[in-house]
Amino acid sequence: MNKTRKRKQKWTLKRTGGRASFWMFTFLIIAFFSTPLLWLVFAPFDLTPRLNIKLPTLSFNNFHEMSQNPYAIHSLLNSLLFSVGTGLLVICVGAPASYALSRVKFVGRDLFLYILLLFSSVVTGTAAMVPIFLLCLNLGLINTFYGVILVMGGGLLPAAIFILKDFTDSTPKSYEESARIFGASSFQILRNIVVPIIRPGLAVIFVWAFVGAWGDFLVPFILIRAPERSPAAVLMYSFYTEGGQAMLTTLAAFALLYTVPVIVMYLYVNKRYGFRFYGGIKG
Amino acid sequence: MLFLFPSAIFITIFLIIPAVWTLYLGLTNYSLTGLAAANPKFVGLQNYAKVLKDPEFYNSFKLTIIFVIGSAIIGQALLGFIIAWTFSDKPGKLRSFVEVIIILAWMVPSSVVTFLWSAFLNGQNGTLNKIIGGQTEWLITHPMLSIIVFNSWRGAAFSVLLFGAAIAAVPKSHLEVARIAGASKYRQLRDIIVPASRGHILTNLLLISLWSFNLFTPYLLTGGGPGGKTEILPIFVYEKALRYFNFGIASAIATIMLLINFVFALIVIRRGKQK
Amino acid sequence: MSGFVEVKNLTKIFPNGTKALDSLNLSIEQGEFFALLGPSGCGKTTLLRTIGGLEQVTDGEIYIDNTEVTYVEPGDRNIAMVFQDYALYPHMSVEENIGYPLKVRKIEKGLRAERILTAAQALQIQNLMDRKPSQISGGQQQRVAVARAMATRPNLYLFDEPLSNLDARLRLEARTFLKQLQRELGVTTILVTHDQSESLALADRMAVMELGTIRQLGSPAEFFHRPANLFVASFIGSTPMNLLDGKIVNGMVHVGDSHINVPFATKSASEGQNVVLGVRPEYVSVSSPQSGGFTGVVKVLENLGTHYLVSIDCNGLLVRGTVPDGEEPTPGSIISLLPDPKRTLLYDKKSGDLI
Repeated sequence: MNKTRKRKQKWTLKRTGGRASFWMFTFLIIAFFSTPLLWLVFAPFDLTPRLNIKLPTLSFNNFHEMSQNPYAIHSLLNSLLFSVGTGLLVICVGAPASYALSRVKFVGRDLFLYILLLFSSVVTGTAAMVPIFLLCLNLGLINTFYGVILVMGGGLLPAAIFILKDFTDSTPKSYEESARIFGASSFQILRNIVVPIIRPGLAVIFVWAFVGAWGDFLVPFILIRAPERSPAAVLMYSFYTEGGQAMLTTLAAFALLYTVPVIVMYLYVNKRYGFRFYGGIKG
Repeated sequence: MLFLFPSAIFITIFLIIPAVWTLYLGLTNYSLTGLAAANPKFVGLQNYAKVLKDPEFYNSFKLTIIFVIGSAIIGQALLGFIIAWTFSDKPGKLRSFVEVIIILAWMVPSSVVTFLWSAFLNGQNGTLNKIIGGQTEWLITHPMLSIIVFNSWRGAAFSVLLFGAAIAAVPKSHLEVARIAGASKYRQLRDIIVPASRGHILTNLLLISLWSFNLFTPYLLTGGGPGGKTEILPIFVYEKALRYFNFGIASAIATIMLLINFVFALIVIRRGKQK
Repeated sequence: MSGFVEVKNLTKIFPNGTKALDSLNLSIEQGEFFALLGPSGCGKTTLLRTIGGLEQVTDGEIYIDNTEVTYVEPGDRNIAMVFQDYALYPHMSVEENIGYPLKVRKIEKGLRAERILTAAQALQIQNLMDRKPSQISGGQQQRVAVARAMATRPNLYLFDEPLSNLDARLRLEARTFLKQLQRELGVTTILVTHDQSESLALADRMAVMELGTIRQLGSPAEFFHRPANLFVASFIGSTPMNLLDGKIVNGMVHVGDSHINVPFATKSASEGQNVVLGVRPEYVSVSSPQSGGFTGVVKVLENLGTHYLVSIDCNGLLVRGTVPDGEEPTPGSIISLLPDPKRTLLYDKKSGDLI
């Protein structure tokens, strides 16, 4: 009897100890990941924002000040244009390709996709900035919306095809075969059967490309010269006084407005489709 | 086959051509200033020889390796795995809450997060100093540590999600059999979860290492400084190209980076196939 | 040309080198319900898919209704196919699923609605029209798949294991229904199955395949009573046939210690030939120990409902027979199993063929 009691005590102690360290860990993780972000929650609504996080003296003055900036709202619209354009481009070009690649088998296909993926993650970085600039210069794409959309789309395409192929791979082959027996063309199969079935995948890819383009700094930084065509990512760096001090009022409001759309999109996708990995990414 | 046509064109124009162009530029003395700007000359492997003799390049390479190991392997993968594992058997609400915060750090545009971090680490008024009661200019006194912590914070979400999915895919019964056999939590991790998620772990390590290796964002935080202390390779290339307009040298470095990427990927993929 | 579907010298070799069909010939009559039976990997599904046009042939010809279709697109063969997983599109309602092939064929709306309704009525699924496939049961999904095939009014149906995803009870119901429907429509039908009872129950004629060739072709009754070789003999029948090694000695078949009369049906058995004696448990009668049969100890009794399956051990040789419910022996007792000489078959040990 006594022995059982002791055991129970020991067990409870161990459990409480485990629990305490678990909550400690949870607290640290939450603190580490949320603290830098908290500024974005308070400062935009603070009459006198500072660099540090503090409870605000509630005011919407910052937003008013931001709206006085000639480029602020415009740059958000530019970002929207870039992001929607890139998202649509990636889907429209990537979906047929992923379907074809998932159905046509050739030797070294997976290796080919891997290399392409690798390639894209490197080439879109700093490595190929110079040629990309020269390429756009020669094609007359400098300072144009098309240039930015095409370059960003081209860079995101391999990964989009890679992920979408996972979705098309998981549509049963019999779906297309039965459609072929009815006499449906490849295009009909793609439009009527494959696209509706992989719609969640398309939504995920659209949002992914949208968010990627929305946050991209380097491509528009290199390709866009005119401030009235700059997206928000680039404009963020213009909110400084001549003395090099950050204009915290405008910056706070602008940063919040610039951030909210991606959060809204994330929450939407998370709710609708569940923001998870769909198999595939494993080796 | 018709379906592949548009992508093929896109990938050719915006990926393959720039890559080949980089390769070509690396063999010339192309520059925006001086004589070479008007009339670039083919210089063979001179650029590569110059780069490989440049102590700055080796310094930059070393910094990049430290950055990748510190932020990708330890900061993102290891921390990500610990987080994913800790919360794998916890109630959905708490887990979702932690995940949402970590994902937000990942989703917020880089222009915004780099500002948030430079504010957070500011010496006079930074939140971090307010909390610990110091005056340290973190970005100046500990620049490497700063960008490593920043990148771990920024990118952990990918590893948390990927490992979360991998751990969730381990059948419950496998763990239960081990528990009934008396295996400790640690043994369950080592003998069941890690082997079962081996593929995920390797893919994750590959992707986040490559991403960190080619990451330009730290530039927005430290500009490569102070005194080149955070001049990792992507920033090194950028400086050579857009500050000194030495396109030939920049392209040669970019090509070397590309090569390192491929060799690294090849090793990881081959190791993954071995088992 | 005689048959409605004619397959001539058909060979199919997959890119990995697997020979799925080996210069196969087959003729199927108009209006016939034909079953292709065999273990997995025997080529039956490949044969069906080449007839459907889903697989390119390596060599040979296919004719449907006196027209060569070897290289005709599947959509132009005027056929319909029901898949093992039914291939119902999850994003379309039952009605849209049935109507989709008609839409692809640009049949105008009024006629389309009429055809959808007719097919739905024939399969008694009119009340499910607005549901999505995920909202109906497996049996109902199967009916929708058949209705979709029917609505196109094909002159050949291809069924690829359409019953194998149903549970045992539903499968029997669906089987009866399918047979009745095929009778009413009178359209030539080819069914692929790995379930011999399904094939026996449904088919007018059937073929058993092995390694890309046909091992036997005939009516279900022929298959049951006179399997042409050991492969078919072991494959057909819900209780496996007794196949016992023996030798012809002095005009008798010696199997273990037992001597059995040469069966009536055997045409040519030579002295000293190594043979296999085949007899279905259903054609073995039980008696008290006596000569002329297999005598041994009752090892296992299995209840089959109306009958018991008795397994006896005669000096290491396992022989099975069925006895009616209520007449079963007690385990451990010694009994004799007497094969019915009219129903017993002899196979050549070497070639495996019926002699």
